[in-house]
Amino acid sequence: MEILIVGILLGANYSLIAMGLTLQYGVARIMNLASGEILVAGGFGAFWVFTALKLSPFVSLVFVVPAAFLLNWLIYRHLLAPLVRRAKSRGHLEVDSILATFGMSFAFVGIMLLTFGGDFFSYSYLATAFDIFGSPFGLNRVVACLVSLAVCGSLYFWLNNTRTGMALRAVSVDPVAAGLVAIDVPKLSALSFALGGAVTAAGGMLLSTFLTLDASSGVVFTMKALVIVIMGGVGDIRGAIVAAMILGLAETVVASLADPGLTLAAAYLLFVLVLLFRPQGLFGGSQS
Amino acid sequence: MKRRSDLSLAVALAVGCLLSNGALHAQDVIKIGAVAPKTGPLAAAAATTQWPNIQLWATQVNERGGLKMKDGSRRKIVIIEYDDRTNPQETIKAVQRLATQDKVDFIISPLGTGLNLAAAPVFAQYGYPQIAVSSITDKIDELTQRYPTIFFTLGSTSAFARSVVEVLSKMRGEGKIGNKVAMVNVADAFGIELAEAARGALKKAGFEIVYDKSYPPTTIDLSPIVKGAKAANPDAFVAWSYPPDTFAITEQARIEKFSVKAYYTGVGTQFPAYVSKFGPSIEGNLGPGGIDSSSAELQAYYAAHMKVTGKPADFWGSPVTYAALQVLEQAIEGVGSTDRKAVTEYIKNNTFKTVMGAWKFKDQQIVHYWTVGQWQNGRYVGVASTGLPGAKPVIPKTGW
Repeated sequence: MEILIVGILLGANYSLIAMGLTLQYGVARIMNLASGEILVAGGFGAFWVFTALKLSPFVSLVFVVPAAFLLNWLIYRHLLAPLVRRAKSRGHLEVDSILATFGMSFAFVGIMLLTFGGDFFSYSYLATAFDIFGSPFGLNRVVACLVSLAVCGSLYFWLNNTRTGMALRAVSVDPVAAGLVAIDVPKLSALSFALGGAVTAAGGMLLSTFLTLDASSGVVFTMKALVIVIMGGVGDIRGAIVAAMILGLAETVVASLADPGLTLAAAYLLFVLVLLFRPQGLFGGSQS
Repeated sequence: MKRRSDLSLAVALAVGCLLSNGALHAQDVIKIGAVAPKTGPLAAAAATTQWPNIQLWATQVNERGGLKMKDGSRRKIVIIEYDDRTNPQETIKAVQRLATQDKVDFIISPLGTGLNLAAAPVFAQYGYPQIAVSSITDKIDELTQRYPTIFFTLGSTSAFARSVVEVLSKMRGEGKIGNKVAMVNVADAFGIELAEAARGALKKAGFEIVYDKSYPPTTIDLSPIVKGAKAANPDAFVAWSYPPDTFAITEQARIEKFSVKAYYTGVGTQFPAYVSKFGPSIEGNLGPGGIDSSSAELQAYYAAHMKVTGKPADFWGSPVTYAALQVLEQAIEGVGSTDRKAVTEYIKNNTFKTVMGAWKFKDQQIVHYWTVGQWQNGRYVGVASTGLPGAKPVIPKTGW
């Protein structure tokens, strides 16, 4: 029972890391290898608000989320839209965007290094025991889980029940056909890229309440997000959430019942199995 | 015609002045290369113990007017920095660039066992003394024989692990703890080697290892580990961990109210950030390193570090890194020139006055170093060492 709860907590954290990348890769078709750095930047914002302003780190969401939205929108418009315009095929765009965002991630690390220094940053917020069925769990993790489930839930609702959401889903299925039915594809791609960045930064803020981060930690989160997005099927939020939960549960089960040293092996084994038997991902449709 | 020759004369004079100024300037400074991580997995460790100490040392030396040469003149030092991105290949490239292109007089040793060992052949090839600090390995004897330019200051893996077991044995002998130990380690060379050495030492001392697991370095949820260790009902808990996991394990242990009388975590326990994050709940926590808190020189060092760099120094690597720089400084002044061979020989054969006490290298190693520290009353003090005076008694941990 305890294992189940720990697994769900971990899965919710993972889904937060992957949610932003799902939007960016699924709709805007940008494999954003710098998403981990946006996450760490969100965490830095929260750290600063907590230690310098002595306020709850949730206050940082007020400026971190809009700032991340704006930054990612600008990056898409000026750095990535030219790549989109000249890509002759989806594969071409993926390669271009991988290279461009890979370089971007180094630039971001350098900027964060200059602004915040290279040290670890960590703070204690809500680090008290929260009892669920008699077992103690970190309150900060529980809160992060609840918030991430709320964010994922509302994103899913928005994508499936609003007109813009439907337009975004159309773009993720087939951008050319979407353009034919008067959907402004470039504008919506920019919107989804910016939204993905904002969600990732918010995720960083939540993770910073219980993780120790530094300017170079981003790459770990990018890799995890990549695995989850590909495993879940590109462009489908449900896929990302389900894949994240499966991964969180699998890792926790392996760590508690077998050997914590095997968690990475189990995670990547699962990844390989999914790709072998269902290469488009758990919820992925056929490739367009 | 006359005007042109006047002009060319003026230009020649100007160029001559610039060149001679440049040459004079180059003779006046001693160039010191420094290569260490600014990005990558070890960046945060370097930002705590390496770069601030280099900045502090260079500032202090230059405030004094520079290093004293044998002709009585003083030469200021200039630090040339490179980021090796925690990549051994980049470390090697940077050391070569410092030696062949920047033509530095001395190079400060890199941070990290792997990076130091990767760069050792290059240091030896160009004859630069390499006073390694953050390099803990059991191959010290082999390495000092192979590379006449390398020096070790922080100890060996086995001595480290043995010291922790000795502390536990002493606590057991005094009736403070029982016989059962839970041990976890990060699945990286550092954690694996220490766990290996500790396993042997624990068994030899008659301890029962009730939980023995490893975890991948970037694990973000360590609660299964802490819950598993707690369920095994140990008397002592040892974690050979890196800073992110040290912090995560401690937070989890606090949430779980993991009541063991001896609680040891790895790198990061000695960071000032550890006590500022967790506050008084970490009273009695054991960790690596430690300092002699009664030393006035050390107190002065910590104050100066804070004043010059704006950051607090840690209680393991920082003072030793600074001591290594003091060795370099005193060796250069002792020889009175930048003759690398003479300086290397000087380091091998002389005693140095450092913030860590009197240092004399024996077979290119410092054999007396702090191994275990403990947080007592908000201060991190040395409780076990390989022969240093001033160890404080170990206190049992009484809850969170």
